[in-house]
Amino acid sequence: MTVEDKEWVKELKVFIPEKQIMTGYADLVSYSFDGSFGEYMPEAIVQVKTKGEVVHVMKVANRFLVPVTPRGQGTCLSGGPLPVKGGIVLDMSQWPETIDIIPDDLIAIVSPSALAADINKAAEAHGLMYPPDPSSAHVGTIGGNLAENSGGPRGLKYGVTKDYVIGLEFVTPEGEVIKTGGRTIKNVTGYDLTKLIIGSEGTLGVITKATLKLVPKPKAVRTLMAVFDDVENAGRAISKTLTSGILPSKMEFMDQACCIAVENYQPSGLPTDAAAVLIIELDGHPAALAEEASDIEHIMKELGAKKIIVPQNEEEANRIWHARKQVSPATAQIKPTKVSEDATVPRSQIAPMIERLQQIKEKYQVELVVFGHIGDGNLHPNILCDKRNNEEMGRVEEAVAELFETAIDLGGTLSGEHGIGTMKAPFMERELGAAGLDMMKRIKESWDPNNIMNPNKIFPEKGQKLVLRNE
Amino acid sequence: MSDLQTLQKQLNYDKTFDCVQCGYCLPACPTYETMERETHSPRGRINLVKMVAEGKATLSDLEEPIEKCLGCMACTTVCPTNVEYGTILEGAKETIENNRVKTKRQKKIEDFLFGTFFPSSTWMNRLGKATWLYQATGLQKAAQTLKLTTIAPLHLDKFEKILPPQPSPGERKSRKRHVYPDQPPVAKAIFFTGCIMDSAFFHINEQTIELLRRSGVEVIIPEEQTCCGALHAHSGKVATSKELAMKNIEACERENVDYIVNNAGGCGARLVEYDHLFAEGSDWHTRALAFTEKVRDISEVLVEIDGLHFTKPVTKTVTYQPSCHMTNVQKVTTPPRRLMEKIPGLRVQGMTNPDFCCGSAGIYNIVNYEDSMVILDRKMEDVTETAPDAIVTTNPGCLLQMKLGIERERKQKRMKAVHLVELMMEAKPQPKR
Repeated sequence: MTVEDKEWVKELKVFIPEKQIMTGYADLVSYSFDGSFGEYMPEAIVQVKTKGEVVHVMKVANRFLVPVTPRGQGTCLSGGPLPVKGGIVLDMSQWPETIDIIPDDLIAIVSPSALAADINKAAEAHGLMYPPDPSSAHVGTIGGNLAENSGGPRGLKYGVTKDYVIGLEFVTPEGEVIKTGGRTIKNVTGYDLTKLIIGSEGTLGVITKATLKLVPKPKAVRTLMAVFDDVENAGRAISKTLTSGILPSKMEFMDQACCIAVENYQPSGLPTDAAAVLIIELDGHPAALAEEASDIEHIMKELGAKKIIVPQNEEEANRIWHARKQVSPATAQIKPTKVSEDATVPRSQIAPMIERLQQIKEKYQVELVVFGHIGDGNLHPNILCDKRNNEEMGRVEEAVAELFETAIDLGGTLSGEHGIGTMKAPFMERELGAAGLDMMKRIKESWDPNNIMNPNKIFPEKGQKLVLRNE
Repeated sequence: MSDLQTLQKQLNYDKTFDCVQCGYCLPACPTYETMERETHSPRGRINLVKMVAEGKATLSDLEEPIEKCLGCMACTTVCPTNVEYGTILEGAKETIENNRVKTKRQKKIEDFLFGTFFPSSTWMNRLGKATWLYQATGLQKAAQTLKLTTIAPLHLDKFEKILPPQPSPGERKSRKRHVYPDQPPVAKAIFFTGCIMDSAFFHINEQTIELLRRSGVEVIIPEEQTCCGALHAHSGKVATSKELAMKNIEACERENVDYIVNNAGGCGARLVEYDHLFAEGSDWHTRALAFTEKVRDISEVLVEIDGLHFTKPVTKTVTYQPSCHMTNVQKVTTPPRRLMEKIPGLRVQGMTNPDFCCGSAGIYNIVNYEDSMVILDRKMEDVTETAPDAIVTTNPGCLLQMKLGIERERKQKRMKAVHLVELMMEAKPQPKR
């Protein structure tokens, strides 16, 4: 029996326009992947453009027990949109984008398909800002950001996606529409389901509308770069800065391997002989920024920075951020496959974490580079490897496993901003404990009794191990 | 080599690994925007090529997504890992083409079209006024028999209507092959005429030569030059495309010039990449490099030489529709804007999303007419917002497409599509020296 003949597909077609349902092989292949690992074939892709369509899909899927995996633009780095159990990929990306800014309430009401960058741009027109800035903000949908609780460099000062959501409209796995939160900043009415849904990786239902909090847009930004000979001093400089009454908007870190890769790829004026490069951005009132920048310069010097670069104009500042942006393409030149992690540790443990990462790199003989949002302890250890080399991928699996365990040992977490998906699921119990994980599972079961909503994410199957190899 | 290994080689399987599937190409891709599915996005296409190379999908799964790609290369400009999409696309087209089962008749038409027709200046000149019509008819037959489209009519009447009047065969014949400026030359250039430019827009080519001449450039128009090969490569005929490249390189080597100038964004994009056709270290590779170093768009040369001043104000509002191949392959973005800034009285109104392809894309608008019109209509929304008197282009395909767009919007009385060269001539350029 072809998919087209299946009863649930016929039922879908009762309400969903035919051209929004795809079952052709080339289409199925095209929705079998995301920005992370693995290919899983769905049986159908359904593009939804209204709340009513979502309700219909969920009711049909729940009746026929067909798995449903919501998907935005598929930029996810943890496998959220992968249809691990087949069934329906629910493509939310073609939903008409709506962004209503209500300046007097400092909020935005948006469709799930709105892009974070578009929301921020719309807010800026009113002197406001939507702070979360994942690097994919100009591509990924807000729905995906909400489901994964995305972060970004500005997390240090402004927090992550969940800190800006005050209300949701949501379709449950059984096809009921619920509203959570509202449009006030303060709201303690009942359980905070908004926060539960944010970061639930599409396992509890489908977000169809969001009310987001906005903040006043800072008047100016300033950038600084500091170069250190050892990571420990850089770590101390970060702590000292943060305890001196200054809260930068971004504090980015690049290790030596990153700097070398960038300079080999496209010379950008980064030092290749230093252990750590910090790029700091301040935002606020121009008068305050001038003083803060000079304070930071002193702190960095005092704690042993061997070089401090203070750009004199916007163009010079842009050059520094451009160099930071080159990390991704530059490291991709080392080897074709990138395993990008986001293990996060308490700030005091940054230097020990980086030290342990170096040990892992040597122990498993893997190409490991480290960069990331160091101000909030959110590192991005990236392992460059070749998916086609099974022996190497075996070593990478071991290295990644040890990396996760190290982060947990140091009091940190598996994921700072990418999400759990399938890859990190086997390590959940280690971080949360059996009872903690079981409580989450019970929540999942009560929301989604038939386990049709993005199954096999977050929770490991019995005996599940980290797998990066295809065979 | 096993069949799969051979296929992997043909499909540039290794290059597909450069794609990390981040999706940054999605917002840049016109067909993802209009066709609304990942299957018609750069990332989707690259993934499909990879799947075919791994034996997980077939060439027929790949056919439509590849055929519907405009080849505008906007994805390559935004790609953070520099995936060689052009190479992957051409490899896929060639593989599909080589594996297509063809009847004798189909082959005959194709041989004529791509082997004789496009490269032949004799044909182009002989056809004279009826060039486009013949060309179109030839294409119609080919497209139908090749099943490039789903047997849809080709709407060729729409294209005929927008063609400018053609010069008499006498005018074509009397073209000088060597042109000197009034003063001692400041540079020497070969002018690359291009097939479509020289047949449908002969007068723009004449104006281009005149602009060079007034700038103080000695211009040579070698008779031995032939088609750039872009349309062949886009149709999967890479071998022919390579032969054409060799002929052009040879033709240009005979003269010792500073520049090889063209005025068609698409041709220029092909010419600057001739070195990619030959193995590194080979004799032809070296010769190709010597060639590509001299290739310039007309706007680049005019800015570099800076030998003109415009004497007549053009009191118009124009909007500029950059050629995708000029932006994304030649990487020429500022010179046309610089030149327009120099025209007195001219108001250049930037449009939203200028880098969104107009849907012309070689012969895409003929073989994929419906899809192309959806893209064109989207483009015209952005154009109309600027309320221009004229849309300025730098490529014959774009020029025709914009003329068609104006027709579709029924704005012929208010709006014109012009080549940048025409606009400059309207401002009566004179030598500075």
